[in-house]
Amino acid sequence: MNARTLLTMALAAAVAAGPAVTTALAAGEMFVPLLVYRTGPYAPNGIPLANGFNDYFNLINDRDGGVNGVRIAFEECETQYDTKQGVECYERLKGRSPVLVNPFSTGITYQLIPKAPGDKIVVHSSGYGMTASADGRWFPWVFNFPMTYWSQASAFVKYVAQQEGGTDKLKGKKIVHVYHNSPYGKEANPTLETLARDLGFELTLLAVDHPGQEQKATWLQVRRLNPAWIYVSGWGVMNQVAVKEAAAIGFPMDHVVGNWWTGTEADVVPAGEGAKGYKSMTFHAPGHGFKVHQDIFKHVYDKGKGAAKREDVGEVLYNRSIINAMLDTEAMRLAMTRFGNKPLTGEQLRWGMENLNVTEKRLEELGMKGMLRPLRMTCENHEGNGTAAVQQWDGKKWTIISDWIEPMRDVVRPKLEAAAVEEAKKLGYVMRDCAKEK
Amino acid sequence: MSDDLSFFFLLMSNGLLIGLMYSLIALGFVLVYKATDAINFAQGEFVMIAGFVTAGALMVWGAPLWVAVALALVSLVAFGFVLERVMLRRLIGRPVIAVVMATIGLAAILRGVGPFVIFSGTKPLPLPIRDEPFMLGPIFIPPIQLLGAGVSLAFLAGFGWFFLKSRKGIAMRAVADNQQVAMAMGIDVERYFGVAWAMTGVVSALGGILWGNLLGVDVNLALVGFKVFPVVILGGLDSIPGAIIGGLIVGVVENIAAGYVDPYVGGGTKDFAPYVLMILALMIRPYGIFGKRIIERV
Repeated sequence: MNARTLLTMALAAAVAAGPAVTTALAAGEMFVPLLVYRTGPYAPNGIPLANGFNDYFNLINDRDGGVNGVRIAFEECETQYDTKQGVECYERLKGRSPVLVNPFSTGITYQLIPKAPGDKIVVHSSGYGMTASADGRWFPWVFNFPMTYWSQASAFVKYVAQQEGGTDKLKGKKIVHVYHNSPYGKEANPTLETLARDLGFELTLLAVDHPGQEQKATWLQVRRLNPAWIYVSGWGVMNQVAVKEAAAIGFPMDHVVGNWWTGTEADVVPAGEGAKGYKSMTFHAPGHGFKVHQDIFKHVYDKGKGAAKREDVGEVLYNRSIINAMLDTEAMRLAMTRFGNKPLTGEQLRWGMENLNVTEKRLEELGMKGMLRPLRMTCENHEGNGTAAVQQWDGKKWTIISDWIEPMRDVVRPKLEAAAVEEAKKLGYVMRDCAKEK
Repeated sequence: MSDDLSFFFLLMSNGLLIGLMYSLIALGFVLVYKATDAINFAQGEFVMIAGFVTAGALMVWGAPLWVAVALALVSLVAFGFVLERVMLRRLIGRPVIAVVMATIGLAAILRGVGPFVIFSGTKPLPLPIRDEPFMLGPIFIPPIQLLGAGVSLAFLAGFGWFFLKSRKGIAMRAVADNQQVAMAMGIDVERYFGVAWAMTGVVSALGGILWGNLLGVDVNLALVGFKVFPVVILGGLDSIPGAIIGGLIVGVVENIAAGYVDPYVGGGTKDFAPYVLMILALMIRPYGIFGKRIIERV
């Protein structure tokens, strides 16, 4: 083996693993590219996400004939959760005049944010991406509703405070954040650090490097620190190993809380009985007991068009994906009330996203009552008024165990606005006046 | 014992145990290289497929554990034989890059085959061993790591004996040394190639079961294959004792880096530290600690 052999091998593998795309757009359709990762190390997470989008768009097309009669054309492009491949997918599919893109990767989102205003394509990073982009005055083309990482982290601290008997009881308590050593994993750190200073708890940050399949040393440190609570921001194999390691050091699992990307079936199943009691944040309910699922079974699966296995419908990431797709189509529907029932432009959809108001009544009509909280967007606030909840694994299924938790908006929003100024400066953006657009 | 000292011992014990589990995977790589001179870049995927077969038999088809383990062993041995017969035999005498590219292609295919044919998503691979760690003073040892270390040592000793003392093992070494001379001495070279790949199948099957229990089974299981490279470069590509020593070094270095360096630099050293060692080894002793030094007359 020599260096030349290795280099040749690496180049050949990189070329062979390039993204793949297909088919053309028919008249009277709106195109939405799906940047998916059904292969690669994150495939166990990527598959249910991709399946949910496919099934929901098929439901809208087959049951309703599209959004107000405008069918949604969609096409998958494989990114392998790789930023470079994701950008390539975006560039290739851009020629088909998409109205929005869901990058499904914080890394890809960061790369697409600067492109969005020029291309006039809405970027919707639902519950991930750049937190600062939630300030719509600086980032008119980017939306991250229903919540950002920072709001989520503040909701976690609020939950811990509730469990401990009040915010004042946090003083002196040790909290460890075990995070994926990537921009995504680090997102919650500034909020946790601010809250640690404000509320007096002792925060320790422990990074786990990609992919995270061996993290015993990290958990030995956790054992030595003996914290009261552990917050985990992981992804892929890191999650399942973290849950197993937490159980292996004998840490009480009901004091280990993952973020909402660290709370799926794939994260807990490998740990078996050891995962019982493990908690995670979420912004929606798990399970397939909602009317929307019955509609999906009836209109998609019974016709042999289901993307997933029937028994996988209702998994955490599947549900997250159909909610993401629902929010996108609701924004389209709203935009059509203003611009007419015809294929929208990116700018028209952007208006729909910015004025989105998904009420309790509308959720009931959509078959999603109780699945998530009503949501409202504004020109200034692109993460909306989302709330989080805590779910717990009982060894067989996830169950929501908390009330809906309002994030600490008073703490998060000023920091978010300051960060938005910083990030927008780097991109040379000018702040718009939302008052003039109302 | 002070808290710092017990932390050190915990890191060391974990490093040694996990290192032995790396050695088991590396052994599969060494067996093929030792016997056929081929570099198998699909070693991690062999392990992954073994995990898929075992977890699939257990969790999808409802087979008892012994049937699942037997199925994994038989499947991987058969796979090794078939692979050698159908693909690798045709590459004998071709440049080394041909085998490298073939195994890379094979790795990509296997990563697709597991989820496509057996199951998608993540499945556990439960073994009838306790989850609670054994406590030895301040040190706690997870039973799966103890089992993994035991299996690794047993196989490393067994294969060590096989290559040093058995007739077949010596014949395999002869094949690896010089195929034409071995053939002239009446050794059935192609047969021994098949045996080597089948032996790798056995090791991979056991690696897949042990690592599958530790990590859960999905495509990520193949990532343990990445650990093979620093292990075999450090220990020596063709050395079974080298696989043990290399595994132990990588395990310990990873844990020491993660325990003492990562907290100060925000992470990142655990995974690259073994590769730094690997590069140093390539610069100072490119044939590894126990590897055979090849001297060519020019």
